[in-house]
Amino acid sequence: MNLIYAASAFVAIAATLMVITRRNAVHALLYLVVSLLAVAVIMLLLGAAFVAALEVIIYAGAIMVLFVFVIMLIGPRNDIVSPRAWIGPGILCFILLAELVYVIAGGSTPPLAVKEVPPREVGIALLGPYLIGVEVTAFLLLAGLVGAFHLGRRLATTLGRKGD
Amino acid sequence: MSWMWLIPALPLLGSLLLGVLGRRMPAPWVAAVGTGSVGLSMLLAIAAVWGGSTVTLTLWEWVRVGGFSPSISLTLDALSGVMILVVTGIGFLIHLYSVRFMAGEEGYSRFFAYMNLFVGSMLLLVLAGNLLLLYLGWEGVGLCSYLLIGFWYSDPENGRSARKAFIVTRVGDVALAIGLFLIATNLGTLDIADVARRATASWGPGSTLAVAAAALILGGAVGKSAQLPLQTWLPDAMAGPSPVSALIHAATMVTAGVYLIARTNALFVLAPAVMSATAIIGIAGVLFAGFSALAQTNIKRVLAYSTMSQLGYMFLALGVGAWSGAIFHLVTHAFFKSLLFLAAGVVILAMNHEHDMFSMGGLARKTPYTFAVFLIGALALTALPPTTSGFASKELILSRVWESGGVGRLFWLLGVLGVFVTSAYTFRLVFTVFGGQPHGGSAGHGANGKSGLADGPDGRQAGLIMGAPLAVLAVLCITGGFLDFPRNLGGRPFLTRFLETTLPAWKQVGEMPSGADSVLQVISEVASLLGVPVGWLISRRAVRAAAERRPGELKPAFVRFFLGGMGFDWLYDRAFVRPFLWLWKLDEHDVADRIPDGVGGLSMLLSRVVRLTQNGRVRWYAAGVAVGAVLVIAAAVLL
Amino acid sequence: MASVPFEYGLVVAAVLFVLGLAGVLARRNLLFILLSVEIMLNAAGLAFIVAGARWGQADGQVMFIFLLSMAAAEVAVGLALILLLYSRRKDLDSDALTMGAGSTDIPGANGAEGGQP
Repeated sequence: MNLIYAASAFVAIAATLMVITRRNAVHALLYLVVSLLAVAVIMLLLGAAFVAALEVIIYAGAIMVLFVFVIMLIGPRNDIVSPRAWIGPGILCFILLAELVYVIAGGSTPPLAVKEVPPREVGIALLGPYLIGVEVTAFLLLAGLVGAFHLGRRLATTLGRKGD
Repeated sequence: MSWMWLIPALPLLGSLLLGVLGRRMPAPWVAAVGTGSVGLSMLLAIAAVWGGSTVTLTLWEWVRVGGFSPSISLTLDALSGVMILVVTGIGFLIHLYSVRFMAGEEGYSRFFAYMNLFVGSMLLLVLAGNLLLLYLGWEGVGLCSYLLIGFWYSDPENGRSARKAFIVTRVGDVALAIGLFLIATNLGTLDIADVARRATASWGPGSTLAVAAAALILGGAVGKSAQLPLQTWLPDAMAGPSPVSALIHAATMVTAGVYLIARTNALFVLAPAVMSATAIIGIAGVLFAGFSALAQTNIKRVLAYSTMSQLGYMFLALGVGAWSGAIFHLVTHAFFKSLLFLAAGVVILAMNHEHDMFSMGGLARKTPYTFAVFLIGALALTALPPTTSGFASKELILSRVWESGGVGRLFWLLGVLGVFVTSAYTFRLVFTVFGGQPHGGSAGHGANGKSGLADGPDGRQAGLIMGAPLAVLAVLCITGGFLDFPRNLGGRPFLTRFLETTLPAWKQVGEMPSGADSVLQVISEVASLLGVPVGWLISRRAVRAAAERRPGELKPAFVRFFLGGMGFDWLYDRAFVRPFLWLWKLDEHDVADRIPDGVGGLSMLLSRVVRLTQNGRVRWYAAGVAVGAVLVIAAAVLL
Repeated sequence: MASVPFEYGLVVAAVLFVLGLAGVLARRNLLFILLSVEIMLNAAGLAFIVAGARWGQADGQVMFIFLLSMAAAEVAVGLALILLLYSRRKDLDSDALTMGAGSTDIPGANGAEGGQP
């Protein structure tokens, strides 16, 4: 299984790299979907089948589709990325990565057997100790809903007239 | 007399009240507090002096260092009794006058606060039983003089005059302070009575310590009383309002120097050289100021130089040992000089703030009441009877000077010359301002000339409030002389007897032939009378010259010499002021300046740098967050 | 199932996160920036899962679920804002849209007035 693990990790990283360097928005989106799928595989390997499924359904399936809708609405916008713009962020992120790796590699856990955590357990945890979190999340989603709706209403009049 | 402390305390309290709440008080309240506190003080002073005895009231111990423990103590004796009557009495009249004079001025409450503070400080000064407390009052009056000269601070010239007054008197104050140090370290006390006792006991006559101490005290007195060589500030001090000039620069503060010397007479008696110096300074001042007054064009500056000149007479009297004579002249001078200043204030107002004599004229007909009181004051100043106050006091001084023998005869002669000059400049002033034809356009201004007692052709009703003090002072000018009228004319020396309970009695040197008194008086009266036509002549010539002079044309050189105070200002400017400014320019950017400047510059630099981070760009801010994260993690990891 | 040391998983998450951060800093188009933010969120979620798996508990998955909901809400509102901004300014370049500090030019603040010729 190490092999699959390594392969998925490689795919995720490579795809992400492609996402941030593409000019075409649609290309970037698609690469991101790939990356998400690879991450889902990793999660599966770690025994979290439930969230792996959620990742695919919601993240790759809903959120990315939202992005697609927006891009379709706006039309293909090609972003100009100059190689020079990468210098600063590159250095900064490299330093950050180095730090993180240093922190992570510092600890040493003995490799344990991966335990499958079924959805049942997740459900019990959600409705038990994490009940408050669930309620708050509901609020959050409601807020998002209302906000999007409100903004969208203005948009409807705007875009409707323009028809763009 | 345990309530004696109220006498200085009431005006100080009034000042505090007006300073804190004055802005929010309606004007009548301000006037009531300002004038009332001085009035109450006056009543208490009368009651205190009526009691008759010499009292010392020790309030509390001020400092205790080693064996030196000055206390806050007030002494009421003949000398301080006379002084508090003068200060509170004249002060009350002037405050009353100011209620109307300063009405409508912005800063009304500030004015009265300062004036009250001044009266309080002056009372502290004269009641002090301890030289340290006296110095406190001394500094207080200096401060108030500065504040009041520069009262109309929006004109930078006034500020300059105020600073000049403060700085020049400071030179004198430093001398006085050193003198106090000397006395304290050598005699171990600053209590006035103790100082006198110990000095007489341990310092022999003519000893260096006594001479030094007396000379330094003289230095302080010279500064405060505007005598040579520290006299340059007084003419410029006329920038303040007329009540200020009347109270501070005629009746009270400038006489503080005279008071000081009289108070410390024990030290001066031990230093005959210093007393001679005092007399010389005095007579020099009489003549120098007198001649300068002859050339002035500003009505108040004439009176300023006149004050300087009369103070010279007082110094002359002190110098020959005529202590009571000096104080008597102090009292009568307070009467007539403050009257002259207050009347001049009315004239200035009537002429719409015009100060130049030669733009005035013919006011005798336009403002008859003011003319009358001004004339009374002028007659008192020039010692012409029947206004007897100036006559009596000047005669007392001159006869003492003659009696002191030797060089005293020369001083007497110069004093008589001074009388002549006094008369000349005084009547030059009177004829120019009140005589002749009306001048200038401003005389025609002013609405209805309807008046109460005093005239207000500028439309402002001077009325009772300004007229009454003038009347009271005029009466005092006429009757004040009877306090100590010359013996040979039937008078009794009431004041001298009263004062000699505190001050040393006059020691007669040599014999005075009978009838000598009368001869001396006649001579000086003739001198004074001669001044009248001379003054008239000079006035006529000057008026004509002023009318004919084209703008920009200079006056003759010798006139300008006297006009500029005999070149003292020019001298001090070249000798002291300019070198000092040059040094200052040199030192302008030294280390002590660079440090605060550097801090400021650094802040500006940092601000400019930090401002660059606020550029509104989202990615920039995100980068900022990232950098912060990096740093925090680094800190957490490495530390 | 052979297991991998959990550090590797965290390292993968870290790499993904850093790549997302680089994307946020380097790209100019608002959409790409939002996309990169999603990458970062996903990476954080992965880290949670790894941590949860290490202990064999459901907590990691629970956190991931919360994170997912938050991301969904955020994307919804964010995209709506982007659409509004685009309709007003016709441009999605973040540098061109910089209004400077203190500016009050908010898209949609003036109601439905955008789009008038």
